[in-house]
Amino acid sequence: MAALTPTVLPDVGAPAAPTGRPRRVRVWRGIVLVVAAVYFLVPLLASFVFTVNDPVQGFSLDAYGEIFSAEGFGQSLLLSLGLAAATIVTVLVLTLPAMLAVRLSAPRLRPVMEILCTLPLVVPPITFVAGISTVLRWGPDYLSTTPLYQTFIAVQNPAFPVVLVIADVVLALPFVYRALDAGLGAMDVRTLVEAARNCGASWPHVMFRVVIPNLKSGLASASFLTLALVLGEYTVARLLGFQPFSVWIVTISGANAALSVAVSIFSLLLTWLLLLVLSTAGTRQRSGS
Amino acid sequence: MAETLTTAPAGLPAEEPPKTGGSRHRAKGWTAALPLMLFVGLAFGIPAIALLGGAFTSDGSLSTANLTESLQGAYLTALLGSVKLSALVAVAGAVLGTFLAQAVVTSRFRALREAVLTASGVLANFGGVPLAFAWIATLGNSGVLTSRLNLGDHGWSLYSFWGLALVYLYFSVPLMVLVVVPALDGLRPQWREAAQNNGASAWQFWRYVGIPVLTPSLLGGVVLLFGGAFAAYATAAAMVGTVVPLVTLQIADALTGNVLIGHENVALALSFDMIVVAGLVMAVYLPLQRRSARWLR
Repeated sequence: MAALTPTVLPDVGAPAAPTGRPRRVRVWRGIVLVVAAVYFLVPLLASFVFTVNDPVQGFSLDAYGEIFSAEGFGQSLLLSLGLAAATIVTVLVLTLPAMLAVRLSAPRLRPVMEILCTLPLVVPPITFVAGISTVLRWGPDYLSTTPLYQTFIAVQNPAFPVVLVIADVVLALPFVYRALDAGLGAMDVRTLVEAARNCGASWPHVMFRVVIPNLKSGLASASFLTLALVLGEYTVARLLGFQPFSVWIVTISGANAALSVAVSIFSLLLTWLLLLVLSTAGTRQRSGS
Repeated sequence: MAETLTTAPAGLPAEEPPKTGGSRHRAKGWTAALPLMLFVGLAFGIPAIALLGGAFTSDGSLSTANLTESLQGAYLTALLGSVKLSALVAVAGAVLGTFLAQAVVTSRFRALREAVLTASGVLANFGGVPLAFAWIATLGNSGVLTSRLNLGDHGWSLYSFWGLALVYLYFSVPLMVLVVVPALDGLRPQWREAAQNNGASAWQFWRYVGIPVLTPSLLGGVVLLFGGAFAAYATAAAMVGTVVPLVTLQIADALTGNVLIGHENVALALSFDMIVVAGLVMAVYLPLQRRSARWLR
């Protein structure tokens, strides 16, 4: 090699590279990592300091104690969790059979499915709400004499707004689709299903005893992502005038800044815990297979 | 000869049964996918039609008056503000994210890599209201750092264009790390060695090998970050209110009735503008993703 390129080697400084480069790379890498660590950790530490900093006592955890007794806390959290449960069930019941069908018997539908499940990523949530609220206004405007009007009122029941479940399912579709697609790609669905069918298993049996147990990690990650999404969803709920957890945090922020930051940290830890469980479950699955 | 010819048509009907069986099978596939399609058609289609209809109607007749209005004055400022902010966040986030990813990928410590990737997965999903409050507590007017370092005296304000960009980077950089790490892993060490053996400097390696291979993933990442920042509403609403003109804030304002009577449909026209911008950006992304997938096998 060196014999082939004798004229080039000296002036490029190839001998200098082995001695000079590693240290330069290491310094550069250290700076990047330190800056990143400062940028990502400081807001978290600072918001914790903000919540425990008491002008009189110097240190107090009162803000955290107040969370649970704050007005509307339990109600809004319960609403969020209820919405999350309904959304997870609906989105899985809708998506899983469709994705199995696409893999097993209707591969031509695959592009259609892909487009359907990517659309919510392209369309910003706020434009989606603009459309929904226009539709909801049709209720009183045009449909007040028809039986459909009752449906319009029922889906907007503030105790459990079904319209939010519908919106959240649409918003969750891309994430659920990707999680389930990865899960289905990791197992040999066709062989499993055909083997089970040849052994005389019914379709429900195939679903619950063959497909779902094999798809556990995919289903778990889809559910966790949906849960995180619904718990953090603010745009749709706020603009349609409902008050789940994320909207409640903003509502109380005017009255008590320390409390709202404490609730933010609390909800963050909750979400992070879920996502960490999800990511460790994912890696364990990968190393196991 | 004649015999083989006659058997051929005879062979055709023999192929028929599996064919019909296949189509019956396909019919079954359709039915299982039907509920999802119906649901998306209704839950997504009806609002979309309502939006389009509203955006192009004014006083009950078809017109482009709303669209024209949505591209004028304060609305145009907001739309441009959103595009500017998203572009800044996308480019800065992509550059910083790539540097961070490269630092992690070339590191010898496996634990560091795992930690950064896990943290990125978590932080990339960290948007919305809690993010805004964490930053308000840190660098807001009475934030911890603002009061300790007297940043207020130096003209610092979190509730500004640059403050918003700083906050948006908090979820954009981790997203970029997630996007670009597989691509950086795909840069084979052999390519670098080959370049070095041919006498290329580090700069030449990146200029002629590294960057061209990474370009699709990098641009794809820029597009994703742009989309995320462009659509973000909760963080901006909780942080700046209406101090910084953003199209999402304008739409929310118009939707909640903060608009002249007879101009309610401007919100829909603005939404339409947003979808057009987001759609254009995504149209760039999809082919890029396909191209970058080629290198990651």
